[in-house]
Amino acid sequence: MKIVVCVKQVPDTINVRINEKTGTMEREGVPTMVNPYDLYAVEEALRVKEQHGGEVMVLSMGPPQVQDALREVISMGVDDARLLCDREFAGADTLATSYTLARGFARIGEYDLIYCGKPAIDGDTAQVGPELAEHLNLPFIGFVRKIREVRPGFICAERMTDDGGEVVESSLPAVVSVVKEINEPRLPSLRGKMKAKSFEAVTWSAADLEVDRERIGLKGSPTWVVRSFTPEPRGGGEILAGGDSAEIASKLAEKIRELGVCS
Amino acid sequence: MKIRVISEECTVCGECVEVCPIAAVKMEDDVAVILDNCNFCGLCVTACPVEAIEMTREDTAGSADKESHRGVWVFAEQREGRLAGVAAELLGEGRRIADGRGTDLTAVVFGRGLEGLAMELVTLGADRVIAADHPVLERFHDDAYAGVMTSLAEEYRPEIILCGATVQGRSFFPRVAARLRTGLTADCTELDIEEGTGNLLQTRPAYGGNIMATIACPNHRPQMSTVRPKVFKAAVPDPGRQGEIIVRTEWGDAVHTRTRVVEIMKEAVQTVNMAEADIIVSGGRGMGSAENFGLLEDLARALGGAVGASRAAVDSGWVPYARQVGQTGKTVCPKMYVACGISGQVQHLVGMQSSDMIIAINRDPEAPIFKMATVGVVGDALEIVPLLTKALTSNSSG
Ligand SMILES: Cc1cc2nc3c(=O)[nH]c(=O)nc-3n(C[C@H](O)[C@H](O)[C@H](O)COP(=O)(O)OP(=O)(O)OC[C@H]3O[C@@H](n4cnc5c(N)ncnc54)[C@H](O)[C@@H]3O)c2cc1C
Ligand SMILES: Nc1ncnc2c1ncn2[C@@H]1O[C@H](COP(=O)(O)O)[C@@H](O)[C@H]1O
Repeated sequence: MKIVVCVKQVPDTINVRINEKTGTMEREGVPTMVNPYDLYAVEEALRVKEQHGGEVMVLSMGPPQVQDALREVISMGVDDARLLCDREFAGADTLATSYTLARGFARIGEYDLIYCGKPAIDGDTAQVGPELAEHLNLPFIGFVRKIREVRPGFICAERMTDDGGEVVESSLPAVVSVVKEINEPRLPSLRGKMKAKSFEAVTWSAADLEVDRERIGLKGSPTWVVRSFTPEPRGGGEILAGGDSAEIASKLAEKIRELGVCS
Repeated sequence: MKIRVISEECTVCGECVEVCPIAAVKMEDDVAVILDNCNFCGLCVTACPVEAIEMTREDTAGSADKESHRGVWVFAEQREGRLAGVAAELLGEGRRIADGRGTDLTAVVFGRGLEGLAMELVTLGADRVIAADHPVLERFHDDAYAGVMTSLAEEYRPEIILCGATVQGRSFFPRVAARLRTGLTADCTELDIEEGTGNLLQTRPAYGGNIMATIACPNHRPQMSTVRPKVFKAAVPDPGRQGEIIVRTEWGDAVHTRTRVVEIMKEAVQTVNMAEADIIVSGGRGMGSAENFGLLEDLARALGGAVGASRAAVDSGWVPYARQVGQTGKTVCPKMYVACGISGQVQHLVGMQSSDMIIAINRDPEAPIFKMATVGVVGDALEIVPLLTKALTSNSSG
């Protein structure tokens, strides 16, 4: 089977240091990383390959430095990768991103299954997966926490719902987005690392993909960021300390009642 | 290029470098330079004290017939014949937006035998209810929900459609947006109508809540958002209200579905849904064991809330993953979040920092969670939690 995984490189804002003096983020030289959810998707794809044979390919859209992220997943055992890279793709919202990725899939041609991470942690929209499914006219199963069975033409997966879970079956190809619970991504193998060293993904430009230029990048994005701001840092409040636990507990109970959240 | 630094104006103050979340601005000797990885978030434009950064965009093609779209719609999610909590919140907020636009509020509900729900939606503020009645729509199916919503939107042409940022909403709504070729803003926490243009301004957290972005969809209709549960006030039912109810039963291909739900798994222990809980009592590694989580369940019961957890507690196998709050778990914003034995690493904080009130119990006075806490208690959670439960239950009757 041929599984394609959508992988995004994201800024590692989470591991950014907080400047002790000013309390603001140190943003100089923000490192990048592979979107953590996409690693779960990669792991799941590698498991399908182990079971059924075939190939795992990764598809990404982004600037040239995404090659670093692609090398990282190659070192885990991914067979090949494609990078959709063009200045014209920049500034894409989820509609333009999913359209561009869909054109990438058209160029890839044959595939049995597409895995995505649920969200990318930078924008955290979780929209690219289902929008991609729509562009490709494929079924979509989101929030998947367990794959029960995959075989050519068929998938059975367990997805999270707001009040538990559901087991869903679908024909393949389909787009499936996964949550963290699904697996523990493997570490790079020695062989993978060797391969990654010299790996350079084939890149496809807007021209290679025969895209409709009105539908890519900033131009193809219906949503515009009109303003962005840093939220007021949340100040610490009152601290209760000292005294014995019973005393503290009753003081806290009183506070909670004062806050008036519960009866 | 659509973003540039006006070099004569730049004072090399460094504000733009400081504020860029992805290090796409660099300071050279006498001017700031915007690098190739810029994603046009505009934070530097607003941050620049001398207006030396200019962002322009060429107009996108857009929907040709913007003016023909009218009315505010909300998708009223139902599960097993009951409205999800977010439905009443969307109606409350939808009413406000519709009044602001001087237009009608329509609620759309899917399922079977929807008369009761339709009446309820009218009492909650809908001027009109469109009830899509079909056996396939009784349960959630991505294809069918997207098919029916798209066909209704094409027929009635609403200007704005709001949907809960629930598992259902975040699964099928993007598909609707892609089919209508319009924008969709995820997980909004604030909505407003822009004066003059009448555009919907949708504000949401990004980069793990470190940045808030206000997003508009100026040239395409409908304008679509998923809205985070528990952010907006639920509409108060007014039994006297009147409204129009349209029941539609013929759906043809729109209800065709390629996926099949073969089994439903109810979460056994927990009854209160975290996304909709007003109060969440969460535990971390500091709780020490699965048994000690029983203390948190008792407290949650006393407060009428749900139990959550940090990743460390989930990874230790004390709590199922569905309870994990944070970057790789759920984002929650209850009225009150009680963190017990949780240090408050940033990956956890991003999942709960928008809670109205945060109570923290931790042994370590230096724990970062205290920087966020409305009320912080330095002490042993294993001792304090049961005492607190007792204090709350014994006095609440008096
Ligand atoms: C990519 C990535 C994603 C992540 N996603 C998430 C996520 O979604 N959610 C999440 O929570 N974490 C996430 N993490 C992990 C996160 O960094 C922290 O490791 C985790 O939140 C720590 O959990 P904790 O606070 O329970 O444990 P600890 O950091 O070990 O803190 C335990 C705290 O309990 C206190 N304590 C101990 N005993 C007691 C007692 N008897 N009474 C009171 N206090 C006591 C200690 O003082 C300490 O502060 C992620 C990490 C990475 C790298
Ligand atoms: N630029 C991109 N390149 C490849 N995959 C992407 C890209 N953007 C999003 N994705 C995929 O879509 C998922 C959801 O992303 P998002 O909708 O941005 O939260 C990610 O986990 C990726 O699998």
